[in-house]
Amino acid sequence: MTLKSLDDLRRLREEVQKEIETRQGAEVQIIVGMGTCGIAAGAREVMTAILEELARRNIKATVLQTGCIGMCEKEPLVDVVRPGEKRITYGHVTPRDVPRIIGEHVVNGRIVEDLVVGRAN
Amino acid sequence: MNLFRAHVLVCGGTGCTSGGSPEIRARLEKELAAKGLDKEVKVVTTGCHGLCEMGPLVIVYPEGTMYTHVTPDDVPDIVNEHLYKGRIVQRLLYKEPLTEEKVPHYGDLPFYQKQKRVVLQNCGYINPERIEEYIARGGYSALAKVLGEMTPEEVIAEVKKSGLRGRGGAGFPTGLKWEFCRKAPGEPKYVVCNGDEGDPGAFMDRSVMEGDPHRVLEGMIIGAYAIGASEGYIYVRAEYPLAVKRLRIATKQAEELGLLGDNILGSGFSFRIHIKEGAGAFVCGEETALMASIMGQRGMPRPRPPFPANQGLWDKPTNINNVETWANIPDIILKGGDWFASMGTEKSKGTKVFALTGKVRNTGLVEVPMGITLREIIFDIGGGIPNGKKFKAVQIGGPSGGCLPESQLDLPVDYESLTGAGAIMGSGGLVVMDEDTCIVDVARFFLNFTRSESCGKCTPCREGIKRMLEILDRIAAGKGKMEDLDLLERTALVVKQSALCGLGQTAPNPILSTLRYFRDEYVTHIQDKRCPAGVCAALLVYRIKPELCRGCTACTRVCPVGAISGTRKEVHFIDPDKCIKCGACMERCPFGAIVRG
Repeated sequence: MTLKSLDDLRRLREEVQKEIETRQGAEVQIIVGMGTCGIAAGAREVMTAILEELARRNIKATVLQTGCIGMCEKEPLVDVVRPGEKRITYGHVTPRDVPRIIGEHVVNGRIVEDLVVGRAN
Repeated sequence: MNLFRAHVLVCGGTGCTSGGSPEIRARLEKELAAKGLDKEVKVVTTGCHGLCEMGPLVIVYPEGTMYTHVTPDDVPDIVNEHLYKGRIVQRLLYKEPLTEEKVPHYGDLPFYQKQKRVVLQNCGYINPERIEEYIARGGYSALAKVLGEMTPEEVIAEVKKSGLRGRGGAGFPTGLKWEFCRKAPGEPKYVVCNGDEGDPGAFMDRSVMEGDPHRVLEGMIIGAYAIGASEGYIYVRAEYPLAVKRLRIATKQAEELGLLGDNILGSGFSFRIHIKEGAGAFVCGEETALMASIMGQRGMPRPRPPFPANQGLWDKPTNINNVETWANIPDIILKGGDWFASMGTEKSKGTKVFALTGKVRNTGLVEVPMGITLREIIFDIGGGIPNGKKFKAVQIGGPSGGCLPESQLDLPVDYESLTGAGAIMGSGGLVVMDEDTCIVDVARFFLNFTRSESCGKCTPCREGIKRMLEILDRIAAGKGKMEDLDLLERTALVVKQSALCGLGQTAPNPILSTLRYFRDEYVTHIQDKRCPAGVCAALLVYRIKPELCRGCTACTRVCPVGAISGTRKEVHFIDPDKCIKCGACMERCPFGAIVRG
């Protein structure tokens, strides 16, 4: 590929910015419980589904993991933190719930009430 | 495209590479694949992070967790605990030396907090072998701005406004230099990047070339546009193989994207860059010697004028700037000369990169705003002197620079103030010395370096440095006379004033500055025949304190020349005529009965 104009450079820049986004950290954080309990309950599959969904919809979000927080009974646990809003914890999350959590909450800020197991500041 | 939720940055600077970072990378890839994480975690090799003391370094994003002294055997923990389960591997975190507190986040380290990273902003953050990552960080936008919106005169005016001065050490205003070259008659014109970093202990330019080579290229392309040059050379020493490799990759990638070559970005401006490997002669850092070397001649300086701006490479107008100077250009264009001039002191603007080495806790690469004090660099960023020793001196500017004592530590880092104190800004080497360092020995070290690196063309440098070194050798051997100090000073001033090039003119600086600040240490060597730091072997005397000696014979057995007499349960004695001052007895003695002085 050869850049023939300033616009070409601008377009390339926008395209490649995705490459280093993970290093910059996005505003929205999605945190998956990856304690032994979480992994046993299927947290890996949930995380994979989250990553696939984010990539498919081209959404900027930081995906983090955390250890056991004590609510092992409700694993897999997924937290969504939007800037300036409460940290919402979803429980018993399955890969099938992921599109809803991302589409409703991450993108539009509407909490998926039926899955919520906790709210924190 | 795959979304990588985590990036693992493995430092690929020279220090961490020799510390084993390529093996760490290989192991990471293996372990990630074994865990099935290779599609969601990306491994990136970066340039130098600066904290070389703690290397090899591994940083995990998005959290920004920094792991220090990583070995391949630590990789399974990083993968299984951190990347799989999200638990930080506590034992690999940086530990604050004073408080023993662990610092998980990269940006929270005191080492980074007083730094201001402009030139080094991408070092350790991007993969230097991918032009895309540089572009993603805003790279080549300054070039786009220049080609799209600015005339060459406007570019020069902006650089002048920034107050940027040559980072190779002399501090000549960059904008003015460019203007001279632009106005000089003659075609074609050349720009040259001086990457012949030769000061012992200096690795600023190497780290920039290795960690962010495109920044240097972009600076050069902008400079070439401003000056009207069509060809550029990067002169880099062959001892920097990684820098050479990354520069070659970078120029190739820039050519492929059309950022180098004909008709750059459709602007009609054409420019090419050649990489010239130098054989590693110190004198080739001097601009006229460097040009001779590029042209295939022996690297020897010539008198100036004519200056390179008028008669440089192949007698054509040529502009030479140091690596760090070029690397400052893109941000000056993007953020404006006023932004750059807002950092620093009245006459020294912007930031300066220093290679902090010697007897300091956090050896490494630091970038600080001009005007910061040496004390802040050495104690706040560098973490002070290790092993409970006392600070003695700092050599700033390498063999061309000076040795400054504690009393000068509150000096702001600024071209004029450092010159006034008898040192120079130099290219950025800072060698910290503790109380175990002998000042006469330091002067000898640097003089020995400049003596062997002198090209021999002019008499003051060739002969003067040799004579000064002979005097220093005499003093170190306990054969010095008080008149030697005057002779030394006089010779130093003559060489300083009469040598042909910067090498000779600055070579006496270590002598002049140590005579200025540490004269009594020279006097002690001469009059008392004593080396207070216990370094100059000829002046050392090992003796046994009779009250502490238990007569165990351990020292008699370890002495390689049989200089220690005494039988079991009797106080031993070292024969000073036989003793070769190796210190083996002192190390061996379990009672601390052997002293040196």
